Amino acid sequence: MKHTLSVLVENKPGVLARVAGLFARRGFNIDSLAVGVTEKPEISRMTVVVDVEEHSLEQVYKQLNKLINVIKVVDLPDENSVQREMVLVKVKADTKARAEVIEIVEIFRGKIVDVGKGTLSVEVTGPSSKLRAFEDLLRPYGMVELVRTGTIALPRG
Amino acid sequence: MTGAQALIASLEKEGVELVFGYPGGVMLPVYDALFDSKKIHHVLTRHEQGAAHAADGFARATGKVGVCMATSGPGATNLVTGIATANMDSVPLVAITGQVGTHVIGTDAFQEADTTGITLPVVKHNYLVKDPREIPHVIQEAFLIASTGRPGAVVIDMPVDMSRSEIEFKYPEKKTSLPGYKPTTAGHARQIKEAARLIMAAKRPVIYAGGGVVTSGASKELAELARMLEFPVTTTLLGKGAFPETDKLSLGMLGMHGTSYANFVMMKTDLIIAVGARFDDRITGRLDTFAPHAKVVHIDIDPAEIGKNVAVTVPIVGDARTVLRELLALLKPRVEESGKPDGKAWHRQIREWKKEYPLTVPEGGLRPQYVVNEIYRLTKGKAVVVTDVGQHQMWSAQFYKASRPRQFISSGGLGTMGFGLPASIGAKMGVPKERVVNIAGDGSVQMNSQELATAVLNEVAVTIALINNGYLGMVRQWQELFYDKRYSHTHLRRGESPDFVKLAEAYGARGMRVAEPEGVEPALKEAFKVNDGPVLIDFIVEQEENVFPMVAPGASLDDMIGG
Repeated sequence: MKHTLSVLVENKPGVLARVAGLFARRGFNIDSLAVGVTEKPEISRMTVVVDVEEHSLEQVYKQLNKLINVIKVVDLPDENSVQREMVLVKVKADTKARAEVIEIVEIFRGKIVDVGKGTLSVEVTGPSSKLRAFEDLLRPYGMVELVRTGTIALPRG
Repeated sequence: MTGAQALIASLEKEGVELVFGYPGGVMLPVYDALFDSKKIHHVLTRHEQGAAHAADGFARATGKVGVCMATSGPGATNLVTGIATANMDSVPLVAITGQVGTHVIGTDAFQEADTTGITLPVVKHNYLVKDPREIPHVIQEAFLIASTGRPGAVVIDMPVDMSRSEIEFKYPEKKTSLPGYKPTTAGHARQIKEAARLIMAAKRPVIYAGGGVVTSGASKELAELARMLEFPVTTTLLGKGAFPETDKLSLGMLGMHGTSYANFVMMKTDLIIAVGARFDDRITGRLDTFAPHAKVVHIDIDPAEIGKNVAVTVPIVGDARTVLRELLALLKPRVEESGKPDGKAWHRQIREWKKEYPLTVPEGGLRPQYVVNEIYRLTKGKAVVVTDVGQHQMWSAQFYKASRPRQFISSGGLGTMGFGLPASIGAKMGVPKERVVNIAGDGSVQMNSQELATAVLNEVAVTIALINNGYLGMVRQWQELFYDKRYSHTHLRRGESPDFVKLAEAYGARGMRVAEPEGVEPALKEAFKVNDGPVLIDFIVEQEENVFPMVAPGASLDDMIGG
């Protein structure tokens, strides 16, 4: 089962390696991992989506807490948190297809961020499920390149 | 003051008196500063691995933080086995490694290795010093982290330009507080109450004590609890001495080569009180059949150990000593009021098992178990025993009954061959008044035999009792039992080669050889008279002796071979 963990860490060199190394060595699968500083510059937040059973989740949580540079670990259930991800897609869009692609982008409240010869680059944000639906709709036109940021999340309220 | 001088001054502030190490290029500034220290005595080993194990042995024997040093690259990589060994057994160790200058880090410079990267999975924490002004803070933090909570290994990687920089030295007065490091020491009151309730209701209880009892200094409390309730106690390899094995309540060691009765008790018990132990696979055997009737109270300072392998009824995160004290305070009035739980039938059963399945020394020839028994008898059970890893380690655990904590020193978690000799040197230097016996194997001792030079030159009087069966005995035993006696690459001896007596003599140590049971006592007595250097006794024992009882890997704990 997928779990979103919000991990507050000291903003020090090597912390990402410590966290990533822990997941690798204990055999926990990471779906996505996003890192950035918080409102306090000395603290960073890592949002990690892991795919583990309940028992392993407890171990992930406890092992993360054992890392000296980890300050706090919170499990964020979908219903009690706001989760967002961003995707950048370069999609094939010749003059014939262009109007249709733009229409899809508008439905998803996306933004066209670059226009090339025969391609459009599009930015869309939302929960991962929305991004997947967006990708599915664009796939028939031909996706040239795609990149996702990984989920970031905050607790509600 | 230079960074190197600040490093040495900081170590002095932490009360370090003994360091084991090996110098090299980028450590020159540190060794130069060390040359002036009046407080720190440095012991030059003959291999960095020896330095790490010696510091580890010192720490295990004294309870203080062990310190070792090595240069960058190969010096640091040679420390790694020793660092992992200490960390796996929760031993407080601080390892200081040299590193190439910060401006060349990442360029594959001469003797460069990514020490923090390499050691990351085998330490409690590590540091790469990037600002020389940080040095005092880093040292203080390192000692705090190594020695508190669940202790472990901390590595400090010091680039050579950090050592050479000039800084103003000021040691932080107050202990640094780390935002992400706050070990829980006091147990949860409600859980302790629940544990007390289960204890009073138990019919077939057992206390299962591990190395955490030794680390926490909780032996007295553990003994008080066990005796007040009359609960039997079994200990792990690292828990040996946490409860006197000479006590009638002791079941000795449990697990793969534990006593049959300890394993039977685990399989029949209705309440396991686990203290500072982690249900390792060598303890539980097959997990899904382990202790099928038991409720489990698990006391451990490391929350990650609770529920990791075995489902727990009452988890108590905290320091063993603190929790046991709280538990005692709760239980005492109840026992005074209503008496201890009735364990008559349980004790009768245990007595029967003990009678039916005792540990025995086989007859005929020179048996390794006999040698250990004689060492036990002639040291009156009081020596500090340091073992290597393999059959001799298990025979030592079975036949050398430990009666106090820190008396039995062995690499448990990592199972590091080559640990014994250097660790015994560190132990002896830590507790010079104690008799220290290194019970070694002929395979293990050859992994760090160069440390004989360290022992001779520093006049370290350890007795090396070499259980020489000409084999990698434990591996041979598995080949005998599970691989149709196909002894693939486990035979170590041809004729008299290697001649360990000559090896000892080559280093200037005393060497003796014993091949008959009658020779054991006189040789040991003579060895124990020597107090200015090591003595090696080469005991030529039966070649194909096996360690029994044995729970085959993956078998249920009560399914023992030779039990």
